[in-house]
Amino acid sequence: MVTLLCCGPKMAACGIVLSIWGVIMLVLLGIFFNVHSAVLFEDVPFTENDFQDKNPPQEIYRLYEKVSYNCFIAAAIYALLGGFSFCQVRLNKRKEYMVR
Amino acid sequence: MALIFQSEEMCLVQLFFQSESGYCCISELGELGLVQFKDLNPGTTAFQRKFIKEVRRCEEMERILWFLEKEITKAGIPMADASVLGEAPCARELLELESVIEKVDKDLKEINSSHEALKRNLTELLEMKYLLQMIQDFFEETPIDLPDRLTFSSHSLTPSSLSSLCRFVAGVIKQERFPAFERVLWRVCRGNFFLRHSEIQARFEDPVATILKKEVFIIFLQGEQFKGKIGKICEGFGLTASHSKALNHCFICDHVILVFFSPKVLNQTNEHRHNVLTSAAVNIQNWKTKVKKMKAIYHTLNLCSIDITQKLVIAEIWCPVSDLSEIHSALIKGSEKSGSSLHPVLHRIESQQTPPTFNRTTSFTSSFQTIIDSYGVGDYQEINPAPFTIITFPFLFAVMFGDCGHGLIMTLFATWMILQEGHFKRLKNEVCALSDTLFSGRYILLLMGLFSVYTGLIYNDCFSKSLSIFASAWNVRAMFQPTGPWTNHTVHSSVTLQLDPVSPGVFSGSPYPFGIDPIWNLSSNKLTFLNSYKMKMSVIFGVVHMLFGIMLSLGNYMEPRNILLQFVPEVTFMLALFGYLVFLIIFKWCAVPSSASRRAPSILLHFINMMMFSYPESSDSFLYGSQVGCIVQIFLVVTALLMVPWMLLVKPLIILKEQKKEQRSTKELVSWQKKRNSESIQHLEGDTVFLQVNMGDVFVHQAIHTIEYCLGCVSNTASYLRLWALSLAHAELSEVLWKMVPHVALSARAYLGSLMLTVIFAIFAILTVTILLIMEGLSAFLHALRLHCKFAGVPVTLFAEFSPEMSQ
Repeated sequence: MVTLLCCGPKMAACGIVLSIWGVIMLVLLGIFFNVHSAVLFEDVPFTENDFQDKNPPQEIYRLYEKVSYNCFIAAAIYALLGGFSFCQVRLNKRKEYMVR
Repeated sequence: MALIFQSEEMCLVQLFFQSESGYCCISELGELGLVQFKDLNPGTTAFQRKFIKEVRRCEEMERILWFLEKEITKAGIPMADASVLGEAPCARELLELESVIEKVDKDLKEINSSHEALKRNLTELLEMKYLLQMIQDFFEETPIDLPDRLTFSSHSLTPSSLSSLCRFVAGVIKQERFPAFERVLWRVCRGNFFLRHSEIQARFEDPVATILKKEVFIIFLQGEQFKGKIGKICEGFGLTASHSKALNHCFICDHVILVFFSPKVLNQTNEHRHNVLTSAAVNIQNWKTKVKKMKAIYHTLNLCSIDITQKLVIAEIWCPVSDLSEIHSALIKGSEKSGSSLHPVLHRIESQQTPPTFNRTTSFTSSFQTIIDSYGVGDYQEINPAPFTIITFPFLFAVMFGDCGHGLIMTLFATWMILQEGHFKRLKNEVCALSDTLFSGRYILLLMGLFSVYTGLIYNDCFSKSLSIFASAWNVRAMFQPTGPWTNHTVHSSVTLQLDPVSPGVFSGSPYPFGIDPIWNLSSNKLTFLNSYKMKMSVIFGVVHMLFGIMLSLGNYMEPRNILLQFVPEVTFMLALFGYLVFLIIFKWCAVPSSASRRAPSILLHFINMMMFSYPESSDSFLYGSQVGCIVQIFLVVTALLMVPWMLLVKPLIILKEQKKEQRSTKELVSWQKKRNSESIQHLEGDTVFLQVNMGDVFVHQAIHTIEYCLGCVSNTASYLRLWALSLAHAELSEVLWKMVPHVALSARAYLGSLMLTVIFAIFAILTVTILLIMEGLSAFLHALRLHCKFAGVPVTLFAEFSPEMSQ
């Protein structure tokens, strides 16, 4: 059976830290994009055409929401990565325990 | 609590205890770690001290332990850590420990030497084996035209029968020396020999464990003289060469047997050595600690003096007054342990010497105290700036680092280190010096992080984006018609638009409640505003911090007249010039409305004109009424200029006057004494000459102090501008990082934007930690340190407590 343990203890710990940070920050970013925060305006991928809108802010709002969905999906990916790192940490601890 | 503001009050104490209990008492004091022993035998050399023999024995044991440790690490055996940090061993254990350690040492030496000998033997035997093999091969491949009476079998070699016909010498030589050997032979024997050589396939190991290549050679020669000559040459090259007579048939079998068995013996020796080392490795750290403690105790005993009856030991120690009872109880415990009936006596004595400086610290304050001490330890009972540094240092760091996102990460990291304190302390010996430094600064890091979150909220900067916690005070809609000047045409035709706070409704009148308005994050002239704000803020902080330092130094003045002579002019100079500057800044912030912004006077020009006494005619250049302003400013500049000669001249002149008065009185005394006794005149004259030389010193010292202070004021105020410079750098770096990294992923219109975001977020995280946290953090730390260096004092002796863990 292929061993499930692929990272060392330090890399798994880094993975957990990065994942927690990623989840928290990306979820918050997603929320802020969802409420159409003005401060994040420059990060929204609008083009010149979006300003020729019939219904003024709706196109921009739609773009905002698209970015926020991207952020939430990335947060979910980080949550999976966090779970994987956590498993690695547990496997590492078990291996250490058995050797001793 | 007043104790931490000043260094502790110290006293000199004499201890009397019996010789038998001397060892135990000192070991108890060592465990306590609160006293500093004074050397009572300063004149004696190391060899004359009483306990020199014991110190030598301890040093010998240390040497053996060091050798053992080297052997253990060479063999790759892990050493157990020093277990419970137990008490120092008593004197009896010295003998026991010594015998155990010496036994291990002897064992190891024996094993090593037998290992060497066996290895050498093995090498020789192997060489011989290859030699014989080669000779055999050689005689096989070149069939010699022999007379029939000689039988020559392919399996056995009979060199003894061949020896009657020709002689040969065979041996083994290192490959690199072979060409030289050949050349020497050629020259000596003039070519009358036949040499064959071949390389040995196996590699040999030197005692120094380098791999050698060896070659086997065989020389055929005629004549006895040649044999002698070649023998000498071989000796010169350090080889063992065997002559044909020596190579016997039986020799081969013996050799083969020995070569077969030797590796086994070698292996067993190795195993035994490994066992000895492993058993030593278990205890070695403990032994080391014990030996170190014993050596420290004997060294300290050498510092004490023994009285004539050889029964009493006298020691003098410096200790804090508040710890006297603890020391007394430790001494009683020590004397009870050694089983003596008399308790040691503590006797406090007065001394003219300045005691060493001791600042009692907890694990929280110790890191701040270390920072202050690195600039210079304060005098005895001088005001200790360390408790104030606990707040000012993290605050100045935070002004330069202000970002609440980064500050939050720093705070969390420091909190994790503090919670894992026990874990880190156990790992103390294994981790590298860098993480050790980081761990010991964990409280500083925590405070720096907390303050950074605070200044980050004020600068409204979180990973370079602003947080709109409250509603912004600016309103863009009010710029449009009918309240403002903009039309649709204006919006479409201009590249940048400026919000005018004078237009009604644009600025709501009540500014953003806490921090900088988030709308500045979106504006392109953000830096124009922030630069001016941060520069002025830095100057204000600088002047306040310096004034605070001067106020603190008030506590250090011993004589009240020094306050008048030195403190008052210093404060007046500072306040007249830089205090006025701060006033101008704050006044301009409060009093100039935005409607008058076009005509607002520049503070810098204003200040320069003030110093140069040039007042132009136009009334615009004044913040407040021009007449009053003129008078006030002239008055301030003149006052400041008057302070300089006050600081420079008044004190030395007063001292000079006092000297002259004393001189006159001593002259009177001299003339009176002349009538009585003429011997003491030379003595008094010598004194007066000495006093005059001192006057020059006093003047120079005062001049240096004045210049240093005045120039220092100006340059230090300017150097606080680094607060602005570094916070600008941090903000810009943050922004560039955001634009280059997450911006790319967030503005991707592709469908796989989320995957890109995942990868790019990881890159963003790593870059934030390395560049913004580590690099910028270190840089801001360094600059905050530099701003604190004015609190340095004259270097004096720091209290060196006797504690065996720290000694030697």
